[in-house]
Amino acid sequence: MAAKYFILMSLQVKNLTKVYGFQKAVNNISFEVHEGEIVGFLGPNGAGKSTTMKIATSYIPPTEGQVIVGGFDVVDQPMEVKRIIGYLPEHNPLYLDMYVHEYLRFVGRLYGMRGTALKARVNDMVELCGLTIEQNKRIETLSKGYRQRVGLAQALIHDPAVLILDEPTSGLDPNQLVEIRKLIKEISKNKTVVFSTHIMQEVSALCHRVIVINKGEIVADDQLSSLAKNHRMESSVIVEFEGSVSLENLRGLPGVKSAEVLDSSKFRITGHHGVDLRPEIFRFAADNNLSLLGLKLEENSLENIFRELTSMQEG
Amino acid sequence: MIQVIAKEFNAFLNSLIAYVVIGVFLSGMGLLMWVFPETSVLEYGYATMDTLFSLGPYVFIFLIPAITMRSFAEEKKSGTMELLLTKPLADWDIVLGKFFACFLLVLFALIPTIIYYFSISALGNPVGNMDTPGVVGSYIGLALLGALFCSIGIVSSSITSNQIIAFILAAFFCFIFFTGFESIATLNIWSANVLVIKQLGIVYHYEALSKGLIDSRDVIYFLSVTTMMLLISKTILSSRSW
Repeated sequence: MAAKYFILMSLQVKNLTKVYGFQKAVNNISFEVHEGEIVGFLGPNGAGKSTTMKIATSYIPPTEGQVIVGGFDVVDQPMEVKRIIGYLPEHNPLYLDMYVHEYLRFVGRLYGMRGTALKARVNDMVELCGLTIEQNKRIETLSKGYRQRVGLAQALIHDPAVLILDEPTSGLDPNQLVEIRKLIKEISKNKTVVFSTHIMQEVSALCHRVIVINKGEIVADDQLSSLAKNHRMESSVIVEFEGSVSLENLRGLPGVKSAEVLDSSKFRITGHHGVDLRPEIFRFAADNNLSLLGLKLEENSLENIFRELTSMQEG
Repeated sequence: MIQVIAKEFNAFLNSLIAYVVIGVFLSGMGLLMWVFPETSVLEYGYATMDTLFSLGPYVFIFLIPAITMRSFAEEKKSGTMELLLTKPLADWDIVLGKFFACFLLVLFALIPTIIYYFSISALGNPVGNMDTPGVVGSYIGLALLGALFCSIGIVSSSITSNQIIAFILAAFFCFIFFTGFESIATLNIWSANVLVIKQLGIVYHYEALSKGLIDSRDVIYFLSVTTMMLLISKTILSSRSW
């Protein structure tokens, strides 16, 4: 399909490889992120997410391959790259002995902001990131959720075109999690955002597109909605009968791939790809005069897809 | 670079390091100059500041590594190095920013000792009978020595993420550069090369400056070793290997 419009590529990763010693952290990965997209970078711990992000922010050099951010090469034009990127590193490092305002002013100055413009911008950030109540405190004294907000505020202070967030929600309690997610959603309007996580719900809560990475390789790169469809997932049904049923009978039903006993009369039945087992099971129960206590389709959650994708290459 | 200097210097002020360093240096020097009989100017009877300039370097050997040890080690340990390195700053900005912040603190510790000059000058007989060029040369020497020690401290801090290791290495290398070469030169194995070995050390050049003779060779020695040290830490920083 011929591109009708010139689409600005915010982030291009081409055949990127990073080797630490003898270990390949990232193995020949390529992907592109368009302007205005929110992309979730998903993978188990140690999959190479952080490494990719560190290279994209021009913190560490790639072993091979190329990363281009907003038209600038991370190796040849690191200054330009750093200027247009907002980055929240993993574990959100902060200068703990600084005050919130002091810290944000310091970061703003590094981006060349001065005087009243800087002051106004810091105040805006404090407000946007919900730091108003805590703004006069030392960062040291802030709770983890508020520290995360400070981390986001410093990443956003220069209004970056590209935002790279490395596990922005790790270690937060459920309330903070929801708040930070809301905040990320809010600030990501008209920005290109790449964030990494190993929590599935986060992806569905925040982004349109997901890149799944495992052991340094991309195993899926798709719109969230088509991920399940494109990765032939089997569907399972949890069924509970009143009275006993033999496992063999269930296995004999058409379309059933496997069945297992969960409880005395509770089973998980997995069908072949694309088969909905529920009508068949209902008929089976009716034919055998059994009372159905429960019949539940197990959704192919992102978690299952994730597990499937990231365990494929194991062994 | 200015922003890094400001940030580092503020960190010294906020964390009390600045006050402790300046306080300890001045109390130590004050005691040595005026109170302890072995080194006191009052007991000595001559209107000189030799005590400050001969013992100052030894105090610096302990004090300056304490100032510089946190500069890179702490940032590496807490991960803020990553933050700093992904901001639009050249590696040189970071190295020089940290170096000048430390050096500035050393200068701030040194400035109040100028009072000693006026006190001793007033105590002289006749009043004002002092070797002023010698004092000026010694101050320049001590400041250059402070800069050199700072750069050694910065290198030590950039090779480790452990502040104690950074301190010990810095103190050791400061000592080696200060008197180590001088002592090595006394070994009976160098034959004609003794002077070359001596010239590698700080004492040789520092003593020349203390005489009030500001020889460009001595100044160049201090500046070039300092630059070399900073270049090493810049290289270590650019390698991103920690």
